[in-house]
Amino acid sequence: MAQSRRFYRLALFPALTVLVLLGPVAAGLWGTVLPAFGHFPAAGVSGPSLDAFRDLFNWPGFGPAMRLSVTTGLAAAILSLTITALILAGWSGTRGFRILERLLSPFLSVPHAAAAFGLAFLIAPSGWIARLFSPWLTGWDRPPDLLILNDPWGIVLTLGMVMKEMPFLLLMSIAALGQIDGRRRMALSQSMGYGRMSAWMFAVFPAVYARIRLPVLVVLTWSMSVVDVAVILGPSTPPTLSVQIVRWMSDPDLAFRLQAAAAALVQLALVIGAVGLWFLGEKLVARLACLRIEAGHRGHHDRPLRLAGFATGTAISLALLLGLLSLAIWSVAGFWSFPDLVPDQLTARNWVRHYSSSQDAFFETMLIAITAVAIGLILTIGCLETEHRRNLRLTQRGMWLIYLPLIVPQTAFLPGLQTLLLGFGLDMGRAPVVTAHLVFVLPYLRLSLDGPWQAWDTRQATVAAALGASHDRVLWRIRLPMLLAPLLTAIAVGLAVSVGQYLPTLLVGGGRIETLTTEAIALAAGGDRRAIGVFGLMQTAAALLPFALALPALVWRNRKGLLHG
Amino acid sequence: MDKGLYVNKVKITHAGRPLLAIDTHVTPGEVVTIMGPSGVGKSTLLSAITGTLSPDFSLSGQIRLNGRDLTGLPPDKRGIGILFQDALLFPHLSVGANLAFGLKRGGTKAERRARIEATLAEVGLGGFAPRDPATLSGGQRARVALMRMLLSEPHALLLDEPFSGLDAELREQVRKLVFDHAKARGLPVLLVTHDEADAIAAGGRVVRLK
Repeated sequence: MAQSRRFYRLALFPALTVLVLLGPVAAGLWGTVLPAFGHFPAAGVSGPSLDAFRDLFNWPGFGPAMRLSVTTGLAAAILSLTITALILAGWSGTRGFRILERLLSPFLSVPHAAAAFGLAFLIAPSGWIARLFSPWLTGWDRPPDLLILNDPWGIVLTLGMVMKEMPFLLLMSIAALGQIDGRRRMALSQSMGYGRMSAWMFAVFPAVYARIRLPVLVVLTWSMSVVDVAVILGPSTPPTLSVQIVRWMSDPDLAFRLQAAAAALVQLALVIGAVGLWFLGEKLVARLACLRIEAGHRGHHDRPLRLAGFATGTAISLALLLGLLSLAIWSVAGFWSFPDLVPDQLTARNWVRHYSSSQDAFFETMLIAITAVAIGLILTIGCLETEHRRNLRLTQRGMWLIYLPLIVPQTAFLPGLQTLLLGFGLDMGRAPVVTAHLVFVLPYLRLSLDGPWQAWDTRQATVAAALGASHDRVLWRIRLPMLLAPLLTAIAVGLAVSVGQYLPTLLVGGGRIETLTTEAIALAAGGDRRAIGVFGLMQTAAALLPFALALPALVWRNRKGLLHG
Repeated sequence: MDKGLYVNKVKITHAGRPLLAIDTHVTPGEVVTIMGPSGVGKSTLLSAITGTLSPDFSLSGQIRLNGRDLTGLPPDKRGIGILFQDALLFPHLSVGANLAFGLKRGGTKAERRARIEATLAEVGLGGFAPRDPATLSGGQRARVALMRMLLSEPHALLLDEPFSGLDAELREQVRKLVFDHAKARGLPVLLVTHDEADAIAAGGRVVRLK
């Protein structure tokens, strides 16, 4: 009896986790399919009909919007992966690499929106770069009338995405490198006369890629369907398909929801098509590499490429850093005339003006983030502990399950989730928003805890049990305290993920939940740089502060055995 | 009463393939040494006895301790202590807290503290209670690990190559300490090793696995 009760209690966590992870995705897709085919009682129509698709296809921006989504998404993914590979091939294991890693990793948790605003502030016609070269080089004494931001080809949008996704792929690769014996593979290939980069690309990269394939797919589908970055940096007439979906979803006329749902399904199809294309591309690249290997190219002249990799990495971290710095300066800027590099006066007026609204948004942001992370942590630890006690291992299929919510484009299922909630007459308040955030927080909690959890020496548990400690006592008194450092890191990662969420907050909250992220992006259209500076900086602080708290060195300052790692 | 540790016709198979078979009895105060090359399943046998056998393995036969059938019991209900090659002191707890974790429940706070202090003094580590285990030498760690295990008052002791991490001189000391304490408490001891010297020092029967 007791045995079976324990069985049910343990099976509870994985079952709940799968439900929390996939429930909203499945429900959202269902809620997208119905209105797309003309069934939307809230707007007084019932299908099935193909009118929504007909309207969508007749929208003149349809072709360009689709094209933009595909080209910017693919370009961002290819560039991010290429730069990552370039840096790793040229530098992994060197001092220069450690410098790059240290330069880039702090930016991983900077919210996409803040990074995008930072880039915009740098490269805009009146931005820092133009100021730096004016008027002595350019001759400009007024901001030039150039369309740099929001260019119709989405070049700046692509750059903005690469800037945030490259560090992500780089850090995932570094984690993967720890699991394969990269150093020895390198040494072996180099002893056969291969140049540094060739040795790495031929002998190490395939193994790394196999381990970062899912994160790469996340980058691809995210880049194709991102909304917040595209609102800030992307073109507007027409915008990318995902941005247009959100515009239609925000239209007071409910009839546009049908068109939005149809577009969401098209977006999903585009992403599936692009993933298929990506798989073909993988095969092609592998084939080409094999041909090169057969030819025996040693690739000794890789110095320019190595330097290019290092330069790109440095440039990206510099752009991120200067971008955040210009957010900070704009937030305290008084009058700032072109082409001065710094404002005439610094003032606290902007902060005072936005004090109460930013404070409300800050508390709302933190409330949602902390709730989502707390629930997520209980589920994640419950799952990990269940797997440990029953000696289960996460299979490849299980890994796909965890990544699925990150791979399905947000614009494909979140609009449907809103439509469903609307249909059931449910209040679109904080609770649904927390549920939606959990879908994205859970995978990151699991991904950051999985490694440390499995690496823990289970003989510690055997010893504790031999000393008479029950499973629960081992968990609470031994395992969790010993894993405090990775737990705090996971919490910080989870909070940062939640803080940065735009679409789940906007759509599932029905536009009534105002977090720092939704507020900051709402400001994008207005172009009030001082307000953007305040909210962008607050958003960054909210995402990064938890990392400052993740200092187990304080708790375990007298325990040498726990300080490294 | 059938005192001691009985390993009755135990057979362990892995994915249907037989791994090892053993049938032996360790009387209280006796040390039985199990020897064999690595990969023969010595550690697997120990995890079968502690109750931490991975479900990839299956076990037939019976393990009894002082007349109690251990089969199916969770590890914390078996009363079997184990020492590994590493001391495995819990790194987040002080030396004293490590011992307190092992010490059987009961007694007032002051009594427990006094008991721990006395135990430390018994192995020449008086005053070490507040120390961070990471600052201890290998020999000191081994002593703390032994006393932590004994404070939990096990009814049998398993030793999984516990001396192989120590250098020659220390090895002899720690070996003597462990065997003396086990004998004094009348514990049946099962020692797993690939070091002949361990078997000789144990002075008991030797079971060779092939």
